Amino acid sequence: MSEKLKVPTMAEYMAEGKQPEILFWVGSAGSYDDRAKKISRAFVKVLHKANVDFAVLGTEESNTGDVAKRAGNEFLFQMQAMTNIEILNAYEIKRIVTACPHSYNTLKNEYPQLGGVYEVLHHTQFIEELMSSGRLKLKSDSTLNGKRITFHDPCYLGRANEVYEAPRNLLKSLGVDLVEMKRNRSTALCCGAGGAQMFKEPEKGDKDINVLRTEDALKTNPSIIATGCPYCNTMMTDGVKAKERESDIKVFDIVEIIANSEEL
Amino acid sequence: MQFIPNILFAIALILGIGFFAKNVKKLIRNIKLGQDVDVSDNKSQRWKNMTMIALGQSKMVKRPIAGVLHVIVYVGFVIINIEVLEIIIDGLFGTHRLFSKMGTLYGVLIGTFEVLAALVFVSVVIFWVRRNVIKLQRFWKSEMKGWPKNDGNFILYFEMVLMTLFLVMNATDVHFQDMNSGNVISQYIAPLFSGLAESTLHIIERSAWWLHILGILVFLNYLYYSKHLHILLAFPNTYYGKVNPKGQLNNLEAVTNEVKMMMDPNADPFAAPEEGAEDEVPAKFGASDVQDLNWVQLLNAYTCTECGRCTSECPANQTGKKLSPRKIMMDTRDRLEEVGKNIDANGGEFKDDGKQLLGDYISTEELWACTTCNACTEACPVSIDPLSIIIEMRRYLVMEQSAAPMELNNMMTNIENNGAPWPYNQMDRLNWANEE
Ligand code: SF4
Ligand code: SF4
Repeated sequence: MSEKLKVPTMAEYMAEGKQPEILFWVGSAGSYDDRAKKISRAFVKVLHKANVDFAVLGTEESNTGDVAKRAGNEFLFQMQAMTNIEILNAYEIKRIVTACPHSYNTLKNEYPQLGGVYEVLHHTQFIEELMSSGRLKLKSDSTLNGKRITFHDPCYLGRANEVYEAPRNLLKSLGVDLVEMKRNRSTALCCGAGGAQMFKEPEKGDKDINVLRTEDALKTNPSIIATGCPYCNTMMTDGVKAKERESDIKVFDIVEIIANSEEL
Repeated sequence: MQFIPNILFAIALILGIGFFAKNVKKLIRNIKLGQDVDVSDNKSQRWKNMTMIALGQSKMVKRPIAGVLHVIVYVGFVIINIEVLEIIIDGLFGTHRLFSKMGTLYGVLIGTFEVLAALVFVSVVIFWVRRNVIKLQRFWKSEMKGWPKNDGNFILYFEMVLMTLFLVMNATDVHFQDMNSGNVISQYIAPLFSGLAESTLHIIERSAWWLHILGILVFLNYLYYSKHLHILLAFPNTYYGKVNPKGQLNNLEAVTNEVKMMMDPNADPFAAPEEGAEDEVPAKFGASDVQDLNWVQLLNAYTCTECGRCTSECPANQTGKKLSPRKIMMDTRDRLEEVGKNIDANGGEFKDDGKQLLGDYISTEELWACTTCNACTEACPVSIDPLSIIIEMRRYLVMEQSAAPMELNNMMTNIENNGAPWPYNQMDRLNWANEE
């Protein structure tokens, strides 16, 4: 079933002389990675359900430069940042929402010095806002009721920016049985993807970081491991595979869990 | 002849404090070898951090056992040192327990000191057991061999001896025991010496008194060579520590200028640089040696207590990679000391010794293993930022030496060409909307 989602671009808004409420920053993973694309689609569905006026940059969006900066390539980072800022400022963007904590961190904390000042939200923060303002109502008799779900804190959302509760509040409002890993919030273990590790083989060691983190998660005996980051999602999915548990444990982004339970 | 003890005391005091001052000067000089960095922002947040983290030990108690023991030793040490004031005055003027004129208050004070001394002693013994008998993993990592390991134990022995001397001094002080006020602990130690003549007791008391104060002076001078420097540097270090969100890496201003030039179609590449602009461009991007780091990072290195909390939380270290954030800090300090000695030996000028922090101390294998997860900065009880040093050295590797791992070079080429870390077409960036 191939259904065409309505994803308006800023260029289209501009042509109509309108300004959307938010810009959805899709990010490179959300645009190209097969697994992460599903997260982007789930988020768009939720946005539609809540009647949010949003747009994306589409082909005018480019990589934020987060990985380049963390790999040490400040030149490439700043070139990317300035290119993006030029476009964002030309469209007079005020509010950005993204499903990628790396984009979130970079846009929020590292663009201002280069002239890009915006209000930036992680999608879980924005959805929480939609719910508390009553714009998004979720079914109370969700199929998730009582399901054991554990949440893995993405480093760039948690420790890096101290957003710990928004994702948890969403899960709780779905009525799930939220079980915490022993290391959670500020002491959560990294999934192993950050700092450009996603794009290279790990250094010599005795274990892969994502497997260690998956073991943390498995100890909570979950049926779903929830994340809020496309990279964590890949890492945890691979970890579950390495542990040969993919038949009974699923890895989902929180917005996918919401979209599924709402049958969007 | 009767003034000889006073004179000896004064000499010991002057020597002890003099050497200490000399080391402090060296310390400041070494820290100033670092690059300038603006830390004049967020003053109130900085004061708050210092009060909470250094004074209030807020991060220490995240690990409750070590935290509580440390608070005891810390509070005990600070308070018992009030007693040193009396010792110094007594020593200089030949008085004996000058403050005892305060009466009951004196008893309360000394009583408190005695209880604290006993608690400190017990805590220090537990610390020793954790290190040497239980062998907590983080104290037995590869960077903790030789001096760092001995240093950790020396301090514990030092504190045991100092506390014992203090209590013995009180126990053998006949007058003090007769006063029977404030001798809450020492009254139980006094019977151990009960068979001895008063003159012998006096000798023991005097010896304990002298050893106690000399011990403190030696300790003061030991600091410079030890991880124990943190008892002083934790304060400035938590003040100057990072106040921005942990995820925010600093912006390289010099790069900004160049990138702006490159991207501005109107910029004249042959235009003469602005007045003074020349010296704004740094000699190199990133850091290959300690002088390339900023002075707060060097202060970090001297402040590190080698507790290993960072390393025990580090995902790379936990999975057997070579990277240990504690080692990054220890290497930085060791290299900085080496550079400092080099400067001393060469009349105030650094002579190239063919060595540097990168390669001779920290390997690229360690640097590339970091996930930038900030577990280390979160865990550090004194606001040290090993990650910033790792990034600074990666910057050198990539921007000065083009020495990134091949896969990362591919990734960066992709970003340059397609605006994504993978080799996809920029024009396909919105295709996800039409797929299922
Ligand atoms: S930021 Fe790097 S050094 Fe620090 S804990 Fe994470 S992986 Fe280890
Ligand atoms: S950097 Fe901080 S946490 Fe790590 S060993 Fe030093 S003092 Fe301990």
